[in-house]
Amino acid sequence: MADLKGWTGNILRVNLSAGSVVKEPLNEEWARQYVGGRGVAARYLSEEVDPEVDPLAPENSLIFATGPLTGTNASCGSRYMVVTKGPLTGAMTTSNSGGMWAPELKFAGYDMIIFEGKSERPVYLWILDDEVELRPAEHLWGKGVFDTEDLLKRETGVPDCRVAAIGPAGENQVLFAAIVNEKFRAAGRSGVGAVMGSKNLKAIAVRGTGAVEVDDPVAMMRAQWAMKQDLTEAPLTSEGLPAYGTLALMNVINEHGALPTNNYQLAQFENAEKISGEELAETRLATNKACFACTIACGRVSRISDEGVGRYAVTTSARNWKHATEGPEYENAWSLGADCGIDDFDAILKSNTLCNDYGMDPISLGATIAAAMELYEKGTISEEQTGLPLGFGNADALVALTEQTAFRRGFGDEIAEGSKRMGEKFGDPDVFMGVKGQEFPAYDPRAIQGMGLGYATSNRGACHLRAYTVSAEIVGIPEPVDPRATEGKAELAIAFQNISTAVDATGLCIFLTFGTSIESIRPILTAATGAAMSDADLVTAGERIWNLERLWNNRAGLTSADDTLPKRMLNEPIPAGPAQGEVNKLGEMLPEYYRARGWSEDGRPLDAKLAELGII
Amino acid sequence: MSDQVLSIDPEKCTGCKQCELACSWIQTGAFQPSKSVIRVHVFDEQASFAPYACFQCDEAWCMQACPVNAIDVDGQTGAKIVLDDVCVGCKLCVIACPFGTIFYDKQADAATKCDLCAGDPACAHACPTGAIEFSSVDPGEWVVDFGVAVNDAYVRAIEGEGS
Repeated sequence: MADLKGWTGNILRVNLSAGSVVKEPLNEEWARQYVGGRGVAARYLSEEVDPEVDPLAPENSLIFATGPLTGTNASCGSRYMVVTKGPLTGAMTTSNSGGMWAPELKFAGYDMIIFEGKSERPVYLWILDDEVELRPAEHLWGKGVFDTEDLLKRETGVPDCRVAAIGPAGENQVLFAAIVNEKFRAAGRSGVGAVMGSKNLKAIAVRGTGAVEVDDPVAMMRAQWAMKQDLTEAPLTSEGLPAYGTLALMNVINEHGALPTNNYQLAQFENAEKISGEELAETRLATNKACFACTIACGRVSRISDEGVGRYAVTTSARNWKHATEGPEYENAWSLGADCGIDDFDAILKSNTLCNDYGMDPISLGATIAAAMELYEKGTISEEQTGLPLGFGNADALVALTEQTAFRRGFGDEIAEGSKRMGEKFGDPDVFMGVKGQEFPAYDPRAIQGMGLGYATSNRGACHLRAYTVSAEIVGIPEPVDPRATEGKAELAIAFQNISTAVDATGLCIFLTFGTSIESIRPILTAATGAAMSDADLVTAGERIWNLERLWNNRAGLTSADDTLPKRMLNEPIPAGPAQGEVNKLGEMLPEYYRARGWSEDGRPLDAKLAELGII
Repeated sequence: MSDQVLSIDPEKCTGCKQCELACSWIQTGAFQPSKSVIRVHVFDEQASFAPYACFQCDEAWCMQACPVNAIDVDGQTGAKIVLDDVCVGCKLCVIACPFGTIFYDKQADAATKCDLCAGDPACAHACPTGAIEFSSVDPGEWVVDFGVAVNDAYVRAIEGEGS
């Protein structure tokens, strides 16, 4: 791939059934059309995997994809996307992670890894530049992510290697199991870890000493300098996120009356301050931490408080600080906290750390426990079934269930199925707060109308990262929009979806959009790849990827009937707070969304749109 | 000769490695942290990140150890520089350096170290948090004490008295 820089030009195809590893050239045409990461991987998946496949069958593929800017000095060029058919949703899922793993893969000389089939025995993939091999992992099976990483660094004799692994949750095919790299960065959602577990693949350890070359190094440096300047000047990326992390949102969203509490029965949490970014910074923050090349550094390294140590001590590894851990992110502090009515920060930190070690998505875990708590308080399930009192606010139950879920022990076996399947099993499907089988994140769509539309139309089920209209509707970036209005929200959600998808595809972090714009990102991309492209072309590439994902999902059996919200969001007004009386008016927004997308009334991309985007 | 030095404040470092990227870019025009001669070390136990690069010691042991006089002093910056065409790749300098800040480059079969980018270090420009600055600073008593302590320990060690 001499013509296109930024890329290494190589992908690894690993057939786990055959035990084979083949190095092949990256499809350059697809790389040009779909930018990278999420886009190129979606193109490969649509070409190679039957949409109707059982997500946990060997016929499903698991793709790890970087972008052309991953491993360069572009601010926040640390990301990879895991693309597969998700077991939680039955849709194409795209699960993103930062840290140091993805750049290491590029330095080793690979843009993507495609895993096919299923290994007979547990294995891990070892990559040291040109040396690539599948190695036995029986001795790692059953171990947590933290131990797995430490053991692999020791046994490979390469302490600089980076490890992405699953924990017991992935092995036990918990439907929201995650893939975790460097212990605390995760491709968290939709159960990508369960797919990895279904293939008997424990980990990928990689060390790379090579280079990522760019087309025009000087233009690259200038463009990066300009973007770094944007990030230094924007308050959120220069002050808010470094100081408080994503947890800065806890108080903000609560003040807007949009903080879902007790499984979305309320929209404000009276003790939100006790689990806020300000509280963390004051009482527990050791330092902030960056992913590779990140000039924001929103990561949290946190301590358990003295009182909490007795009950919720955390040891991340033999080497690590005795009572320090990383996180929590806002979404996790919400799901494990407010959504379960829990204000015990130490318990949240403990549960969050267990999620990292066991390899589980804390959003779906917390939200499913919250749904179970509602069932328990309604009397639908009893202590006899749950094995422990499960009222809202029970911090001990949260920590106990986190453990049980990863190992599918006791009532954890029900939680491991996610709240949709759990609700259906106990005869109360309306207790599920999410879309397409995936639980909502931390914003009540009744108080923020655009988020409702974003959740409903997200290709990977309810998600805050696919259309983060909160940015405009609450924070005022790029410009303030009334969160209660429905007018214009179709266009707003579409703009956010297309831009976010484009940023994902480059290999950069979506948080860049809080401080800079496509106009600053695009020149970096063109300097890196050398492929001419306008700002509009990049956004159109985002639209192309979105449509391709949608098309595949339609073929997988998803229809417009899946683009909906739970009854509670549509019919039950918020009982109190600034957004009292509001419901989500999805019906007013969705038809307009389909029209503006160029889709049919039943939500299928029309041929004219697909032709315009060059998909057919 | 300039009195400017690389001043590193680990408290400000977030571990992002922009310095390593900038350093490798200056040397190769590409992004290759394995070639960087400034490196960020992560101390898990202290939850701290420490960029480290050559201190440009006055009494540079790398220079003294070199059997072919391949390490010279840049008259402008005071940086100790490796003369590529003289270096034979014997690694004695790597062994001699008490700080681990001179490296052996396998591909070039030669030693490689920080040359302060001829007086305008790229790592200092790239650092987003001001953890690395190129400035004239008073090294302070502790640096002198630290230097003496390290020196004493080294001398004791090679004289066989233990440390």
